[in-house]
Amino acid sequence: MAEAAHHYDEKMPLEYRTEESRLNILGFWIFLGAEVALFATLFATYLVLFQRTGNGPTAEELFQVKGVMIETILLLTSSFTCGLAVFEMRRGRLTGLLTWLLVTLLLGAGFITFEVREFIDYVHEGATMQTSAFLSSFFVLVGTHGAHVSVGIVWMILIMIQLLQRGLTPRTARKVFIVSLYWHFLDVVWIFIFTLVYLTGMVI
Amino acid sequence: MKQKMWKWVSLLPLSLLLLLSGCSENMLVLQPKGPVAKTQYDLIVWSVGFMLFIIVVVFVLFAVVLIRYREKPERADYEPPEEEGNTLLEIIWTVIPIIIVTALAIPTVKATFALEKPVKKEVKPLTIQVTAANWKWIFSYPEQNIETVNYVNIPEDVPVKFQLTSVGPINSFWVPQLGGQKYAMDGMNTELILQADEPGSYMGRSANFSGKEFAHMEFEVLAQTKDDFAKWVKEVQQTAPKLSKKKYETILQPGIVGRMTFSNTHLAWIDHTKQNRHYMNSDDGINR
Amino acid sequence: MKWNEFFVTGQPLIYAADVSIVLTVIGIVFILTYFKKWKWLWNEWLTTVDHKKIGVMYIISAVLMLFRGGVDALLMRAQLTAPNMKFLDSQHYNEIFTTHGTIMILFMAMPFIIGLMNIVVPLQIGARDVAYPYLNALSFWLFFVGAMLFNIAFVIGGSPDAGWTAYFPLAGNEFSPGVGNNYYAVALQISGIGTLMTGINFLVTILKMRAPGMTLMRMPMFTWTILITCVLIIFAFPVLTVALALMTFDRLFDTQFFTMANGGMSMLWANLFWIWGHPEVYIVILPSFGIFSEIVSTFARKRLFGYKAMVYSIVGIAFLSFIVWVHHFFTMGAGAAVNSFFSITTMAIAIPTGVKIFNWLFTLRKGKIRFTTAMLWSLAFIPNFVIGGVTGVMLAMAAADYQYHNSYFLIAHFHYVLIAGTVFACFAGLHYWYPKMFGHLLNERLGKWTFWLFMIGFNICFFPMYFLGLMGMTRRMYTYSAGLGWTPLNVVATVGAVLMGIGFIVLCYNIYYSARYGERDMTGDPWDGRTLEWATSSPVAHYNFAVIPEVTDLDAYWRMKKAGKGFEIDEEKLKPIHMPSNSGRPFLISIAFFFAGFGLVFKWFTLAIIAALFIVLGLILRSFDDDDGYYISVDEIKRTERLTGKGA
Repeated sequence: MAEAAHHYDEKMPLEYRTEESRLNILGFWIFLGAEVALFATLFATYLVLFQRTGNGPTAEELFQVKGVMIETILLLTSSFTCGLAVFEMRRGRLTGLLTWLLVTLLLGAGFITFEVREFIDYVHEGATMQTSAFLSSFFVLVGTHGAHVSVGIVWMILIMIQLLQRGLTPRTARKVFIVSLYWHFLDVVWIFIFTLVYLTGMVI
Repeated sequence: MKQKMWKWVSLLPLSLLLLLSGCSENMLVLQPKGPVAKTQYDLIVWSVGFMLFIIVVVFVLFAVVLIRYREKPERADYEPPEEEGNTLLEIIWTVIPIIIVTALAIPTVKATFALEKPVKKEVKPLTIQVTAANWKWIFSYPEQNIETVNYVNIPEDVPVKFQLTSVGPINSFWVPQLGGQKYAMDGMNTELILQADEPGSYMGRSANFSGKEFAHMEFEVLAQTKDDFAKWVKEVQQTAPKLSKKKYETILQPGIVGRMTFSNTHLAWIDHTKQNRHYMNSDDGINR
Repeated sequence: MKWNEFFVTGQPLIYAADVSIVLTVIGIVFILTYFKKWKWLWNEWLTTVDHKKIGVMYIISAVLMLFRGGVDALLMRAQLTAPNMKFLDSQHYNEIFTTHGTIMILFMAMPFIIGLMNIVVPLQIGARDVAYPYLNALSFWLFFVGAMLFNIAFVIGGSPDAGWTAYFPLAGNEFSPGVGNNYYAVALQISGIGTLMTGINFLVTILKMRAPGMTLMRMPMFTWTILITCVLIIFAFPVLTVALALMTFDRLFDTQFFTMANGGMSMLWANLFWIWGHPEVYIVILPSFGIFSEIVSTFARKRLFGYKAMVYSIVGIAFLSFIVWVHHFFTMGAGAAVNSFFSITTMAIAIPTGVKIFNWLFTLRKGKIRFTTAMLWSLAFIPNFVIGGVTGVMLAMAAADYQYHNSYFLIAHFHYVLIAGTVFACFAGLHYWYPKMFGHLLNERLGKWTFWLFMIGFNICFFPMYFLGLMGMTRRMYTYSAGLGWTPLNVVATVGAVLMGIGFIVLCYNIYYSARYGERDMTGDPWDGRTLEWATSSPVAHYNFAVIPEVTDLDAYWRMKKAGKGFEIDEEKLKPIHMPSNSGRPFLISIAFFFAGFGLVFKWFTLAIIAALFIVLGLILRSFDDDDGYYISVDEIKRTERLTGKGA
């Protein structure tokens, strides 16, 4: 393993200073590559099954603009605040970092709340995962994204606890950086969901 | 010890050849009885030629290299040279496969397109709706308004459009001597055009696994002269019993049934090529 | 659920299996207790994060799975020897070919290859471990519990029976209501997660942890093939993850992805399965090419001919492997244009593969060929694989494929490429790198017996199948009638299968015999090897290299030997070595995965949720863990190195 694990390279940002951190960050980028393949498959499935609505409602009948817009604004904003958190970290300010992380995860929690409400509305209208192939693929695609966001929230809480316990170290900095990569990635996925699922669904 | 083993090994291909010559009349794919199977047979023979050429080249080279460059006492001092490669040689053995692949690809593409259409354009094709169910084949003749189970009669020299569908798992409709297969799938309609050049009985079977009794999904294709076929159709129309909805439901139940013949078709009340609910809940709206 | 639904009953073979499983478990527990080995097992194996030990565990599991899959194969051959046999009923036969296929590909070929890559890759690139040793242990244990979960199906609940391809709607609730296909979906999912992590781990390891001077174009060919394989894993396995997840939803929660009603689409499964499935084939074949390259070069005493072309052809094959999946179902009726496209892309794979074959032949040319067991396997690969390859091109010709599809012609083809490619490579690699794992060689005489029995048996078994296919025999038939004329060739095939079985038994005996009487490898370089793994002692010290070697060219160790000094360690330059600590958590998390999976299979959601909470707990504990590993002192390194004779 990394012989130079504790050789600090002062010129690099804090999160890149140990060999272990550099390996982990590269590995996480590659993991995101696998996640791209995963979501691409889910999108492909959705696009194939999109018009196979069986006896159930079509996308046009189902989707409501308002809730989806609110979700989108919440998540896009959270991506911005997550960026601010990393910015504060680079400046070495723990309080700023923690504050913006807290804002990010609250926005994320807001997003999840609205998404869950949206799903519950659909189920009350009789549009469940079991209704049609279209709805199965819709719930699984959007649900997988939502599950990712939920995992991200829990993950962020754990990192905030570690930041409070241990302060800003190369190790905690790396963790913050990686969770921020994850969060921005989910934001990008949501942009695709918003356009390919909701906008397309409401227009076509 | 080694000598003995080699002798034994060298006998193997010989014994295999003997065995195969005994079985060759069973190789249905190599005995085409219709234009579709003939097209495929020609393609197979064409490709086998190239493949044998490749095999011979590689095997000869392989044998020569192994015999010549094996470690032996008189070459004890020999030290192999350090060679990185040889651009010319490498270009040669890149280009040759490209040529071979091209030589195979062109007739393949031609044949693949040709098989989508009937060979004889002047003859009106016969349409037969084929339904695969667990574990039987149902053949409906919409124009003649007759239906058979587990056997199908066709006139010789007439292109037959088999319209394939399934009410259960995916099956594959294959009559080796008349031509290659195609899948029969639920809620789908695939088309396979075959034609028999001469009267005769040809084995057909499902080639795609569909569950417990899949091995028994065999059917007979009986090619008849046009007159015999017309006679048979007439006879069926006059003498065979009517197929009722209820009877049809029992046929669809999982299991093996023998041959059956009816003087009407199930197409009158159900179209499996549109997505249906499965037969199990067919009572509530089979044709939604 | 009644107990006689939970346990599979009614088959004498199953009862025999029950008894043997119980006896084996009792035997293992007794031996461990009697020899007081529990602590050793925990400290040395269950908690290890050492890539070499993990590799050994992969290989042991793979050999066990080879046994299981092989028994399945022999049962099938027994049933097909004569027409209308009553040895197995159709249900039992269907379960057996399903488990045979799934186990051989996912629980035998893959772990065998991954085992070899675990042992060899860090050594070949001059690294002390992989990038994420902890994750590596987790990968192994996830694979292992996935395999075990799949394997208990045949005594608890019933095996999957819809084929290893599990096509819908057959594999759906409507036609397969039992738990068998739940096992398929869940067990493959668990081990698939492990494989994906392995892919990421080794990609980072190879990209970031090579010894100084080892540029990409100086990497040993095996390492190159693993690098490309990792890329295939990273992009192919998520597709499997999704496909299996959708299958799980369809089966457990009645969604409509692949069903026959409400818009479900069974063709979607076939597409998703093969978008993963075809790259998967190359995931097991590319590393095999790498293994053969290493062995051919070593025993011909020559540098690999056309190294660069070899690298480019692997990259080419890997790229093409993602755009050929439709050739698995030309007969689905996609239309002539689509079929033609996939036909051509598939045939194009023959071009880089052909280049490789000729490069191997020209590596042998002008060489000084030594016929060791590892070399015999590698040499036999060339003609046998060519037969499999050319018949593959024949299958790629869409119009002709309509006649071959799903027939025994296809069965013969893919066994010729997978056995002559992957299985031969696994055996070759096992013999070649065995001293690195255990410090002694496998007996050559017994090794050659295994080789001849298995190789000849393989040809007797599978060559006739090409002709059975042309006779119209389709795969997955549990029986056939006498009038078809298929009997003689089926008898021949069974004889071949028995020979292969005997070959396997000789291999197992060889492992036992060599452990007791085998030649100890004192030099660390028994084959006069060319790459860095032969610069270490056998078995390898757990830190691999006391000093990280410097690389100046391809075949790094060969260069050192040619320069006259080999790989010397200057004791003055020794520094303390940092190593990761052992951890029991990967093992425990995987146990939780097992129970979560088991809960899902039987829809016991309470169990599944409780087990899932344990998994989350394990992840949280890992996050808060700040164990930074430990250092090995210079004195200890000196002692170890002197003991193995590598130190000055």
